Amino acid sequence: MSSLLEIQGLHKRFGTTEVLKGVDCAVRQSEVVAIIGSSGSGKTTLLRCINMLEDFQAGRIVLDGEEIGYETRDGVRRRKSEKEIARQRALTGMAFQQFNLFPHLTAAENVMLGLVKLKRMSRDEARTLAMRWLDRVGLAERADHFPGQLSGGQQQRVAIARAIAMQPKLMLFDEVTSALDPELVGEVLQVIKGLAADGMTMMLVTHEMRFAHEVAGRVIFMNGGVIGEEGNPKKMFLAPQTERLAEFLKSSSFN
Amino acid sequence: MFDLQSFLNELWIARWAVLFGLGTTVAISALAIVFGSIVGTLVGLALTYGGRFLRLAVRAYTDFVRGTPVLVLVLASYYVMSTVGINLTPFQAGVLALAVFCSSHVGEIVRGALQAIPKGQMEAAKAIGLTFRQTFLWVLLPQALRQILPTWVNTAAEMVKASTLLSVIGVSELLLRTQEIISRNFLSLEFYFFAGALYFVINFGIELFGKYVERKTAVAGQG
Ligand SMILES: Nc1ncnc2c1ncn2[C@@H]1O[C@H](COP(=O)(O)OP(=O)(O)O)[C@@H](O)[C@H]1O
Ligand SMILES: [Mg+2]
Repeated sequence: MSSLLEIQGLHKRFGTTEVLKGVDCAVRQSEVVAIIGSSGSGKTTLLRCINMLEDFQAGRIVLDGEEIGYETRDGVRRRKSEKEIARQRALTGMAFQQFNLFPHLTAAENVMLGLVKLKRMSRDEARTLAMRWLDRVGLAERADHFPGQLSGGQQQRVAIARAIAMQPKLMLFDEVTSALDPELVGEVLQVIKGLAADGMTMMLVTHEMRFAHEVAGRVIFMNGGVIGEEGNPKKMFLAPQTERLAEFLKSSSFN
Repeated sequence: MFDLQSFLNELWIARWAVLFGLGTTVAISALAIVFGSIVGTLVGLALTYGGRFLRLAVRAYTDFVRGTPVLVLVLASYYVMSTVGINLTPFQAGVLALAVFCSSHVGEIVRGALQAIPKGQMEAAKAIGLTFRQTFLWVLLPQALRQILPTWVNTAAEMVKASTLLSVIGVSELLLRTQEIISRNFLSLEFYFFAGALYFVINFGIELFGKYVERKTAVAGQG
């Protein structure tokens, strides 16, 4: 059983502070991995390295057989060209805590931009596809609204549609519901659940323990820049093996 | 005493001089604004996204240019360039000086507008797989444009006004032509007023253009 994503010995420093201190993990095709852990433990940084939004100093990230971001030739590790990195970034999709929709484009145009500029589709083709994805996240009738005219939950669903329309091999979700009012969280989680059911491979950082328990096949507990513990959700939540995880679970409300 | 009949008479006699002067002023201003805006956009990009060395070099350029009176830039590009073997006509030297002046101002405007765009915009564009060039063209510039426009209109109007300084190196722009006309017919009040009105019309046109683009790029749901 080979992995879609394989991370070995990932080290990341900001200046002199080491934030990721050797992360190893693998994600199989269609697997849903939830990443939990206290604030500052390196969850966001881990996702950002996978998408090369952050450079990293050591280790390898291999996605579907391709080494991401760096290549080693004659024993020298080099960052790949910007163009190559841009191409590799399109292999993964990312949804952010703050949505980051493009405010000058409508919901449909947000989804279409990558399709037109990168997949070289005609505007008509891109529009058709964008409408299909917006329909998928329940927002077909809001296609021509600008982000400023949408609620937070709607914006986040558009952002998810924008990412999956590019048909990434792997979706990364970074606390996509933490900026939302409580009553808007459900609609976004529903969309993610649907994608999981469709077999989309995903890693999601979340504080929604119940949701992680429900949707994830595996849970990774980040602690101080390393993986503190990992396993299936039932085992992790009901019988934590480490003191740290037990403490963390106690402090986070299981709502 | 203002004598409309004799003013119109003299204006008719001087019509070609006025038109050529006006044409020269418009041409110089337009060239300076276009080149200055293109270079200024690159300056703004370098100041915002450039590496440390590039930023420092470009910062030195803009600070130097902005700290220098335009008249000095004009004289320098006409007299100093020739000492290093580059012989420019007064017209070319004038366009160069104004374009340089314009680029430093536009550079600051563009830098300010780009830095005001939240970091998440660049990251979302990167995450989709857009290259820097695509991100700039389709994500950053359209957003920056709305902030750039009002100040850019001011800068463009400043260029038109600054073009009058080119009379000192002998460019036959509107002001110099007007002075020549007045030296013949002595209708100084009338012709200076008329020239002033023409400058106003040019700048009013720039402002209308700016308003038009602003309307075109307005986005619903944004204050
Ligand atoms: N751009 C940055 N520069 C410096 N330090 C950073 C930067 N981003 C994150 N960090 C630090 O890295 C650590 C891990 O951050 P992060 O990955 O965001 O944690 P998490 O998502 O688990 O809350 C934190 O201590 C944070 O302060
Ligand atoms: Mg985080």
